[in-house]
Amino acid sequence: MSLLSVHDLRVEFATPDGIVKAVDGISFDVERGETLAIVGESGSGKSVSNLAYMGLLPKGKTKITGSVTLETDNGPVELIGMEPEDIRKIRGKDIAMIFQDPMSALHPFYSIGDQLVEAHQAHNKVEKSVSQERAIELLTLVGVADAKERLRAYPHQFSGGMRQRVMIAMALMNNPSVLIADEPTTALDVTVQAQILKLIADLQKKFKMAVILITHDLGVVAGAADRVNVMYAGKLVESASVDELYAKPKMPYTVGLLGSVPRMDRPHEDRLTAIPGQPPSLMKLSGGCAFAPRCTRKSEVPGNKCETTSPELIQISTGHYSRCHLYEGKTK
Amino acid sequence: MSGLLAYVSRRLAVTFLILLAVSFAVYLIFAFLPFDPATLTCGKNCNDPGIIEANRIRLGYDKPFYEQYWVFIVGLFAGRNYGEGAAAIHCAAPSFGYSFQQHACVTDLIGEALPVTLALAIGALVLWLILGIGLGVLSARFRGRVLDTASTIFVLIGTSLPTFLTGLMLIIFVVIKWHLLPFPAGGYSSPFEDFPGWLNTMILPWITLAFAYAALYTRFVRSQVIETSTEDYIRTARAKGLSEGLILGKHTLRAALAPIATMAGLDFAGLMGGAILTEAVFNLPGLGRLSLGAVLDYDLPIIVATTLLAAAIVVIMNLVLDLVYAFIDPRVRV
Amino acid sequence: MSEPLLEVTNLEKFFPVSGPGMFSRERGTNKAVNGLSFTLKQGETLGLVGESGCGKSTAGRTVLKLYDPTSGSIKFEGEEIADYSPRKMKPLRTQMQMIFQDPQASLNPRQTVGAIISASYEVHKIKPEGGVKTAVQDLLERVGLSAEHFDRYPHEFSGGQRQRIGIARALALKPKFIVCDEPVSALDVSIQAQVVNLLSDLRDDFGLSYLFIAHDLSVVQHIADRVAVMYLGKIMEIAPTSSIYTAPHHPYTKALLSAVPIPDPKLERKREQIVLSGELPSPMKPPTGCVFSTRCWKAQAKCFTEEPQLRKVESSEVACHFPE
Repeated sequence: MSLLSVHDLRVEFATPDGIVKAVDGISFDVERGETLAIVGESGSGKSVSNLAYMGLLPKGKTKITGSVTLETDNGPVELIGMEPEDIRKIRGKDIAMIFQDPMSALHPFYSIGDQLVEAHQAHNKVEKSVSQERAIELLTLVGVADAKERLRAYPHQFSGGMRQRVMIAMALMNNPSVLIADEPTTALDVTVQAQILKLIADLQKKFKMAVILITHDLGVVAGAADRVNVMYAGKLVESASVDELYAKPKMPYTVGLLGSVPRMDRPHEDRLTAIPGQPPSLMKLSGGCAFAPRCTRKSEVPGNKCETTSPELIQISTGHYSRCHLYEGKTK
Repeated sequence: MSGLLAYVSRRLAVTFLILLAVSFAVYLIFAFLPFDPATLTCGKNCNDPGIIEANRIRLGYDKPFYEQYWVFIVGLFAGRNYGEGAAAIHCAAPSFGYSFQQHACVTDLIGEALPVTLALAIGALVLWLILGIGLGVLSARFRGRVLDTASTIFVLIGTSLPTFLTGLMLIIFVVIKWHLLPFPAGGYSSPFEDFPGWLNTMILPWITLAFAYAALYTRFVRSQVIETSTEDYIRTARAKGLSEGLILGKHTLRAALAPIATMAGLDFAGLMGGAILTEAVFNLPGLGRLSLGAVLDYDLPIIVATTLLAAAIVVIMNLVLDLVYAFIDPRVRV
Repeated sequence: MSEPLLEVTNLEKFFPVSGPGMFSRERGTNKAVNGLSFTLKQGETLGLVGESGCGKSTAGRTVLKLYDPTSGSIKFEGEEIADYSPRKMKPLRTQMQMIFQDPQASLNPRQTVGAIISASYEVHKIKPEGGVKTAVQDLLERVGLSAEHFDRYPHEFSGGQRQRIGIARALALKPKFIVCDEPVSALDVSIQAQVVNLLSDLRDDFGLSYLFIAHDLSVVQHIADRVAVMYLGKIMEIAPTSSIYTAPHHPYTKALLSAVPIPDPKLERKREQIVLSGELPSPMKPPTGCVFSTRCWKAQAKCFTEEPQLRKVESSEVACHFPE
């Protein structure tokens, strides 16, 4: 059984203008020790889907359905519909998170020692000094020099990269089996990004964690992920191993996304291949494929099908799935 | 720590300069008002030019304006004599002047009124902070639920009822109709002499003032808490698995505290100028009553003194607030 | 046409800084731009690349005289503008424009798109042929929007479309020179490519010159003719785009290039990455000698004492004692 198994997850927000289907029935599995990248642009639902089963979306106007099961020390548990107090015990213990902007993600008024210790105290009934030792151990592990002294420092006294290291240390305080990294390097400079990605990869090997890497950057994904899920307008549109996806992308959106990325490994060409049009508004989705208005290959599908019928996720080859009418009936 | 000391002394020096400027401005304004201060010292139906001229010389109103101001400043530090010889009246330093209407040194008058207003303002502040922060946090936590609605009603009533009405209703119901409290003795007694009597005198004024402010603070705290709870670091706290109580009581409240402290400091400073209506309703001899009486009687020395005092309190409160800020927010401190 | 459109020599922009803490009175100078020299020809695009805090944005704004330079010379079409007053700059403003990073923040939410773009004409009292409205609608169509968008408000547009509005505004007065300050950093990947392509089309059509500021080298590659790499207020290397990616000469350029991930898993695994150690020094106390010496793996005694000047190495200019 998979470590984390997401099945038909749906997230709907009630807004004054109507229901928004932010996540529209996604399913995926995450295995122990692997890195799954979830790639998509803003509004694709890549972040929301993970915040949803963590119970971190604002309550009230949000409807979450589907099933998310997690293997824990006490056997499998269903996260959707869990009591707030029970899901709290999972958060930060079995599943930990790091976020995009480490400046705003750390409380500006408390020392980092305080913030690390309370992460440990929330799940362990131990003396504060024990948690403090653990904090020093992890800060040293993520590369913060003079960890013991630095416990008293405040977030604003660290650089952006160091803050993200502190966030990582905080996430690892309780030895989580899953680490969700939500755009962990987007706010950082490229040279710092390289450091942080390497750190995450090293720690993952050391602790055999599963990492869910949420990002919009296909460059980051290529170096870090084992498998990739591409999301568009709340749906999973392509899923494959990282090598397969970059070598043989199927869904025209994935193809376009790969073409849009400026690449330095290729000879200096003059133009990027852009995807025409704008990302869709989730309020105004038609019955057809959400990507159809921007798709350059929809004329290849007979009978205007792309505009009228939403395609299903179909298997292209072993472990490679794509949501596109182009490949219907062409698979083995 | 030496940094803190240097900072405070620097700020105090600035405060002193500001107060000097304020005192000069106040003096200037009253020097050019179309009243003759000497005539005013003589009372309403007085037209004896002899007394007026004698008072003019006694109080120094015969001298040019800048000289008067200088004498005033010197008096602040050295005390001052009014008149000469056996008939001289001495006001010890710091002398803010002499009130002819009240036949007393202004400093003594303020010395009597200040503790009353201080007791009123501090008591009310404590009460409204407890009530306002408590209700504000609770209604933010249970947003849209019964408790939130109930607190909204409280906010509406509290902000729309004028204090004199609240005060009168409290006297009528609590004291006169329901006999829950004995009828307070008139005036004000020090808590060090008669503590139960003091409590009995102050409790209704406190409630009256706190009622209006608590409503404002409930609304303000609620919006601050709700705003803070959308911050990224609150999401982090939740992702760490902290309990809702800890998130609210520690992470959210600490961040929401800074603007609340600012508001409380300025409101407190404002009240120290005198809660005129409340003091009037409960017959408390505080600063508000003193300055109101002074304004009605054109008692200039008192007006100058109370204006200066109010300015001093606002300036000093700002210093206190900056220090509180530094305590709350380490980014200001280090 | 041998005279450059823009010639910047030894440009410096220092900001006075008071200490962060209330109780500490630390004062200093943030040397954001610390001796910058470059030229820009008519129709050319210079990419200005560096990490946050390297002074690239300050440089862009100082060149446009949005900040007053501390010292140095800025020659625009041979005219020395470094010490021009705002009033003297005004006629030149029609020639020099700026496109900002965050189109959301740089467009007034209470004004229609038409009003935002028309304002340029009003400020400079210019009456375009056929009237302002027609001119603005032509511009909107030129940047890939439509004439009907004239009466709409910024919030009705997506991020990419808003950036197109910002571009139309910059183009209104037919400038010769535009500073593009990270114009695509805030946009989604699929939209970034659209905007980069639009900017290069407009450059070719109108003969524009760009100073294109970016935080990594990948975006610049597709638009710049030459690239300047900045670190701590100084240029480390300035080279033609065709050579800087294949043969970087400055260790920092090399590190910066190696840090940009390649969207190809097989190459990415094989690729040798230079992970820079240490932290960016404070621009208030830049290291002596070479500013990069504290993080450079090739640094020798000379690097810590003697500041390297830009010098010719093959087709590049490099500020390094020991270029690759």
